[in-house]
Amino acid sequence: MRMPDPFESWFAARGWTVHPHQRAMLERAGAPALLLIAPTGGGKTLAGFLPSLAEIAANPAPGLHTLYISPLKALTADIRRNLRTPIEEMGLPVRVEDRTGDTSSTARRRQRADPPHILLTTPESLALLLSYEDAPRIFAGLKRVIVDEIHALADSKRGDQLMLGLARLSTLCPGLRRVGLSATVEDPPALARFLARHPDSCEILTADPGPAPDIAMLETDTPPPWAGGGGRYAIPAVLDQVARHRTTLIFHNTRAQAELFFRDLWMANETGLPIAIHHGSLSREAREKVETAMAAGSLRAVVCTGSLDLGIDWGDVDLVIQVGAPKNVKRLVQRIGRANHRYNAPSKALLVPANRFEVVECVAALQAVREQDLDGEPRGPGPGDVLCQHILATACAGPFDAGALFAEVTTAGPYAGLTHARFDACLDFAATGGYALRAYDRWQRLKQAPDGRWALRDPRSARAIRMNLGTIVEEETLKVRMKPARGGAPLGEVEEAFAATLTPGDTFLIGGQVVRYESLREMVVEVSRSPGREPKIAVFAGTKFATSTRLSDRILTMFRQGDWPDLPAHTAEWLALQRQVSRLPERDRLLVETFPQDGRQHLCIYGFAGRNAQQTLGLLVTQRMEAAGLAPLGFVSTDYATLIWGLDEVTAPADLLDSNGLRSAFDDWLAGNAVMKRTFRTSAVIAGLIERNLPGRRKTGRQATFSSDILYDTLMKYDPGHLMLEITREEAMKGLVDFGRIEAMLARVRGIDHIRRPRVTPLAAPLFLEAGRIPVKGAAEQRLIDAAADRLMAEAELA
Amino acid sequence: MTAHHFTLSGAPLAALPSGALHWPAAGLLAVSDLHLGKSERLARRGGTLLPPYDTAETLARLESAIAATDARTVVCLGDSFDDDAAARALPQGAEDRLLRLMAGRRWIWIAGNHDPGPAGLPGTHLVELAQGPLTFRHIAEPGARGEVSGHYHPKARLTLGGRRIARPCFLLDAARVILPAFGAYTGGLPTDAPVLDGLMGPGALAVLTGPRATALPMRAGQGRAPRPLAGSGG
Repeated sequence: MRMPDPFESWFAARGWTVHPHQRAMLERAGAPALLLIAPTGGGKTLAGFLPSLAEIAANPAPGLHTLYISPLKALTADIRRNLRTPIEEMGLPVRVEDRTGDTSSTARRRQRADPPHILLTTPESLALLLSYEDAPRIFAGLKRVIVDEIHALADSKRGDQLMLGLARLSTLCPGLRRVGLSATVEDPPALARFLARHPDSCEILTADPGPAPDIAMLETDTPPPWAGGGGRYAIPAVLDQVARHRTTLIFHNTRAQAELFFRDLWMANETGLPIAIHHGSLSREAREKVETAMAAGSLRAVVCTGSLDLGIDWGDVDLVIQVGAPKNVKRLVQRIGRANHRYNAPSKALLVPANRFEVVECVAALQAVREQDLDGEPRGPGPGDVLCQHILATACAGPFDAGALFAEVTTAGPYAGLTHARFDACLDFAATGGYALRAYDRWQRLKQAPDGRWALRDPRSARAIRMNLGTIVEEETLKVRMKPARGGAPLGEVEEAFAATLTPGDTFLIGGQVVRYESLREMVVEVSRSPGREPKIAVFAGTKFATSTRLSDRILTMFRQGDWPDLPAHTAEWLALQRQVSRLPERDRLLVETFPQDGRQHLCIYGFAGRNAQQTLGLLVTQRMEAAGLAPLGFVSTDYATLIWGLDEVTAPADLLDSNGLRSAFDDWLAGNAVMKRTFRTSAVIAGLIERNLPGRRKTGRQATFSSDILYDTLMKYDPGHLMLEITREEAMKGLVDFGRIEAMLARVRGIDHIRRPRVTPLAAPLFLEAGRIPVKGAAEQRLIDAAADRLMAEAELA
Repeated sequence: MTAHHFTLSGAPLAALPSGALHWPAAGLLAVSDLHLGKSERLARRGGTLLPPYDTAETLARLESAIAATDARTVVCLGDSFDDDAAARALPQGAEDRLLRLMAGRRWIWIAGNHDPGPAGLPGTHLVELAQGPLTFRHIAEPGARGEVSGHYHPKARLTLGGRRIARPCFLLDAARVILPAFGAYTGGLPTDAPVLDGLMGPGALAVLTGPRATALPMRAGQGRAPRPLAGSGG
């Protein structure tokens, strides 16, 4: 397709030149699948829509023509506004509407009866639409589907669910063309396979990436501290940069660090620069206020987290500051792209290492950005819990044939390699629960009709299945509000686990202010203002990101250098001292140090497997130490090492680290571990074994609901081969447990170097200052209860 | 034995770590809220298909509690079945197991709000049982004395050493004891729920179940430090 004349003149009238990739999208408009990789600000979204606008303008028949899917609700509303300009100015007969969880039920009903030409929606809303019996009618005539920010969706189960939805759409609408819009990624062909209908090919268009970013480490007067996160030592230098730029985004890896940094930045902000904070735990009102102010250009800096990783032109950002190690080069590059949304101008970014080790990581990341060496863990196959949900949702839309559904599902990229046996197990789970015990005929959600097709046993169960659609399972959180007497304004949310540690009078930070915990009323945390007091730190969801394998490898490669001219002197000297006293970790060796310190024996394992895997390693090794009678007391983990302390010296660490022993310890550990139970809960909610805790439902009937831990324990005891446990084990290879990286580490190393020293080594020293020390459990819990019982009974004069 | 021993209206009782209440002098064991057939009821009603092992698990617990105490009388304090249909639909294996347990014992089914009608099983079906100084009923009545009840599934939530602990618990004061739910698939009501706060007297204790029965002040939180918390867990 050529660019139609009205379009050419519209671009010309605005003084724009059409980008080559925008033209290329039109030329290849007929391709069954097309992946566009373009930097932010390259008119990527318009490039995606141009063929649709041209086709609808040429043939404005009613009915749905294009479905646009974005990971963010806010983005769909923005896109609708942005599309209005070309449509109105060119006078195109095109109707555009969005549909998300926020759309009114009247509008939803109308959209089902009379769909617009272009419907903008999210993966969850699409899944819901596809579960309706009239889905074939709603989507009749659909020609194109555009998946925006596909790189972000592909990193999560939302992407897997979406691709199952597209497989369904391709059945409903033969000839449907797929378009993916992506930021820079490390493996475009893998993303193309994810997008395309298997085994169709998918053409990849790569836009001019623009000039290389202008990126450096922020220079500060004080060197970074030995340990910890937050980067608060750099506040004066950061404030200075904010003053010298129009709008600065200051990214943090965790919400808690963002809160603490913002508070100190605010106190140091003597000139009163307009600055704000934005993260996912703040109330929607608070976030929208910040977004609007940013769009209006009235903010000079926003302290934020991944909540601003996506989204379109919000304001005129000309500097990105990343505080804390970037952990992942691809994400860093995408964040840098937030600065300067104008094409062909370099993005400007500064890195602020939070501690001495992160200096090394930042330098390694800077090298990787310059060499355009992006990282990313390869995507595993599509997970079973999402497939179970998809099967149930498909049944809501009407009876289906199992063979046809299997054929359809395997056209989705993530499920192209799905075995028939796995599919059957998921179908059996959806239909009967999939239990080894088959005594009961009531365990039937789906029933096979005489014609062989599967259908809901009770059509009324469709409602519950639809309520449960989606793959985002939130941590249980509680809303935080000012006490009604003081206005009752919503402030945001805190994790329930954090709320449970609060006692009236405790103070914590939220939305940049210190508040005082007053009471818990009907599942709402009521607080009052508490000016000027030191807060108890808010423990929001920590980062789940671990330093990528690629970046860890780069650091290990750097360690091989004879000297380190790229590193600041303080850091280079530190590494040289470590080499002199012990040795530096190497890629194909596992360095283990043992030394006494502060009256305890220590064992430090430099696995470089990322924080989550090092944490799991700590749990497994201490468990094996306990079994060996080595009396471990606790451990702490970072992205590169685990430090364990105990009463006895470990003389043969290799025995603790042999892979078979670790694997069998892992299997035992699966039985009782809290992280595993959380992993199970997430998969069980997605698969439809347990229903989501919807707001409002939690307040009532407390006795009726019970913990998912009980189901986990029951299955482990009575049905250890059950599909949900199999899925939980698969999930545990990645994510928070990340046993897969322990396996990879064990496969990588050719031998263990055990260094014994009389005292702490330079590289291990910062670990002594790390937060997040974990006591070794065992009988600890009952001992804690006993001690507390004696004290409290005495205090209450009951004993 | 790691039970918590106390006296109610002159009767010496033991709150067992399993959640059962033992009255040794009377050879009596009381359990509450077994909710047998819970997963069956949910499946029957078109809800989620939970693992169908709860009844077997609850019966196994009951077997070991009875074996450990050699009780001659067993009082089930109501909500023994998740509903009356669940009682009728008890699988043959489970019913046989239950009948073996009942054989040779005085067995009393107190009516609950989930299972009001006769369960169609042997044993004595009562709204409440008065024995010696004690009265056994499903739901506690304000002002009652020497009362043993269930219904509320009390659960204590503590934060100790930075760790959250949630355990089903007994609540007891001078006038009554409220038993935790004994069934496998049961949740809990936080001990600071207004209804429990209203029922229990000033010096009330929460006796936590677990490896051993541990007594704590029910309202430990009004002072400092650890206290039962309203939270979820759901």
